[in-house]
Amino acid sequence: MTVAGWATIVAFVAVLTATTPLIGAYLERVYTTEGRVDRLAVRIFGQAARREQSWQSYARSVLVFSALFFGLLYLILRTQTLHPWNPTGLGSPPWDLSFNTAASFVTNTNWQYYGGETTMTYFTQMAGLTVQNFVSAAVGIAVAIAVIRGFAAHSGRSLGNFYVDVTKTLLLVLLPVSVIGALFLVSQGLIQTLGDYTTVHTLAGGDQVIARGPVASQEWIKELGTNGGGFFNVNAAHPYENSNTLTNFVLLWSILAIPAGLTLTFGRMVGSKGQGWAVFAAMMTVFVVATAIVYVAESDPTPAMHAAGLTGSNMEGKDVRFGIGSSSLFASVTTVASCGAVNASMESLSGFGGAVPMANMMTGEVIFGGVGSGLYGMLLFVLLAVFLAGLMVGRTPEFLGKKIEAREVKLVALGTLAVPLMVLAASALALAVKYGSQSIFDSGPQGFSESIYAYTSQANNNGSAFAGYTGYVQPDGNNATAYGLTFADLLGGLAMLFGRFVPLVLALAVGGSLAGKRVTPRGPGTMRTDTPTFVVLLIGTVLLVALLTFVPALFLGPIGQGLTDRLF
Amino acid sequence: MRRDLLPSAIAIIAFTVVCGLAYPLLVTGIGQVVFPGRASGSLVKRERTVVGSKLIGQDFRGRPEYFQSRPSVTGYAADGTFFNNQGPNQKKLADQLKANADAYLKQNPGTRRQDIPADAVTTSASGIDPHISRASARIQARRVARVRRMDLTRVDDLIDDNTDGRFLFFGEPGVNVLELNLALDKEQQ
Repeated sequence: MTVAGWATIVAFVAVLTATTPLIGAYLERVYTTEGRVDRLAVRIFGQAARREQSWQSYARSVLVFSALFFGLLYLILRTQTLHPWNPTGLGSPPWDLSFNTAASFVTNTNWQYYGGETTMTYFTQMAGLTVQNFVSAAVGIAVAIAVIRGFAAHSGRSLGNFYVDVTKTLLLVLLPVSVIGALFLVSQGLIQTLGDYTTVHTLAGGDQVIARGPVASQEWIKELGTNGGGFFNVNAAHPYENSNTLTNFVLLWSILAIPAGLTLTFGRMVGSKGQGWAVFAAMMTVFVVATAIVYVAESDPTPAMHAAGLTGSNMEGKDVRFGIGSSSLFASVTTVASCGAVNASMESLSGFGGAVPMANMMTGEVIFGGVGSGLYGMLLFVLLAVFLAGLMVGRTPEFLGKKIEAREVKLVALGTLAVPLMVLAASALALAVKYGSQSIFDSGPQGFSESIYAYTSQANNNGSAFAGYTGYVQPDGNNATAYGLTFADLLGGLAMLFGRFVPLVLALAVGGSLAGKRVTPRGPGTMRTDTPTFVVLLIGTVLLVALLTFVPALFLGPIGQGLTDRLF
Repeated sequence: MRRDLLPSAIAIIAFTVVCGLAYPLLVTGIGQVVFPGRASGSLVKRERTVVGSKLIGQDFRGRPEYFQSRPSVTGYAADGTFFNNQGPNQKKLADQLKANADAYLKQNPGTRRQDIPADAVTTSASGIDPHISRASARIQARRVARVRRMDLTRVDDLIDDNTDGRFLFFGEPGVNVLELNLALDKEQQ
């Protein structure tokens, strides 16, 4: 551990906290004022952009919209041989890998069983994957805004209009910021070209083929939209994706900027900034603790290093320019957010260092979480915490003056438990059947961890991996003889679709249900939900639901490894 | 359902054109005009030959007169990257580390095993890490100076010249191996 490492973490927390109210206020203005983009949306989408949508109608729009995009992306993937901008003459990925990848990008997961530079044409990267980086992020934010409207409404059943919300998110938030951000990245050495892979003649007298492509434009939105799918296989560890310590810091900020900002957007829209800060505080507290644990764990040598007689920090799978501090910070940021980009190899993290990213994802991606999805996921936990508190003191639970009744509590219970159940079911299935074991790369408990990580990451729409876990066998970059592991591709794809759309629809249902409720003024007996006490209760609720479900799995895998010096 | 089909169909076309073509092509256009060298990959030329990219590490194995890059599981491939993916308790990893440490000690005699900088024997994340730590550079400097019959202090100066520092206090300083080796060659022309 170094002073610089801790200082980086402190600076990150400070910058993120400072930008949160600014972004929160800007987003509130975007979604509460009408302007040119509203009129543009009506011109493009016609009547569909004019109607006020109930939660059912909003959900239907999300599902149809996402389904069509899924179809388009699948089609793009399967027709790579026809693409322009395919300098290395890549073929099309097989059907099972294409299914997994299409599901992955439409759900904002960006789990990747393939290596970008050896599988995807520049055209796929731009017109297929980059588009989803924008659009799936916009869907998440739009749904979060719709759910907030439900919390904030004083009467009526409308949650807004999906088409208007998505268009506004793209044109007023994501696109303008991305043009600036991507150009900043180019100025720092991130590559942005349609040119061919290039061969250089090295000093030592060999040839080195360097893969290139339109990287900076994709890199920026993949972080800002908490997508995480790398242009290259090693993701943001690749110097062309993340060239120096400044780009690393800015990219980290961009991952959490919107999820953090949305807490204050929520606070402002429900008329209580304090409520927004309370949610922010709960998220930030868990994040800081998680980050510190990773940093401390990675600063020690691993059992394998001990066995080799080595000292120092765990530099295996990390690049020098990031060192232990910025790599640990990245591992934590990318897993509290459902981003999944990495600047170091997650599988090479120490036992405890690897347990934390898994635990982060197991919270259901509500510690900041994905853009939009993190906030609406956390709001379900807020209601759960309110309900638990109501049980403890024996009065009807109330949040923002609205009574939380049986219907809401049922929806919340489903919404918070559906994904953990999916994680357990998918992991158990993958570990129990022989088709699942084909994907495992490492021996011993690490192989177990790979499987758990894979389905935790996919069902929670994160996308980072213990990357030994295989879903696509890729012989020497020659696609002709490559094949997908169908079981892993399908199970993972289904887990991603389930993990995205089930909580999304349930959150909209909660929003719709709250929208119609009358607001009763706060009385002397009303429980305050913007106090430190409530923050602690909220953190406790999140951790209890996550930990109770997954503690045994964590002990069998990464924590077990962290407790022993044994080799496997 | 029907009511959503048409607007969604319009949306996937419009958003694909705007986000998938207009945006990346705009960034490519501006990037290539304003930062032509960087947007094309920060390639480095010596005389007329492109010898590498300042950002991409390369293979110097078997050439003791050059500073060596960190171990790479991909053989320094820049057209097909992947991680080592050996977990912290894997016997395989321990064996790899042992072999790398033995090789490092042989190349750089007079170093004790427990003093080997961790970055010198562990594989990097990218497999093409352009940097080594300053500690590893100082150790390798003795060998390079001896093989090249150069003054050690001069080699140490070149290490300083080719160190990429932190931005403020973010990340760690690293010695750019390709640039350092180019500087050494230039020195001895």
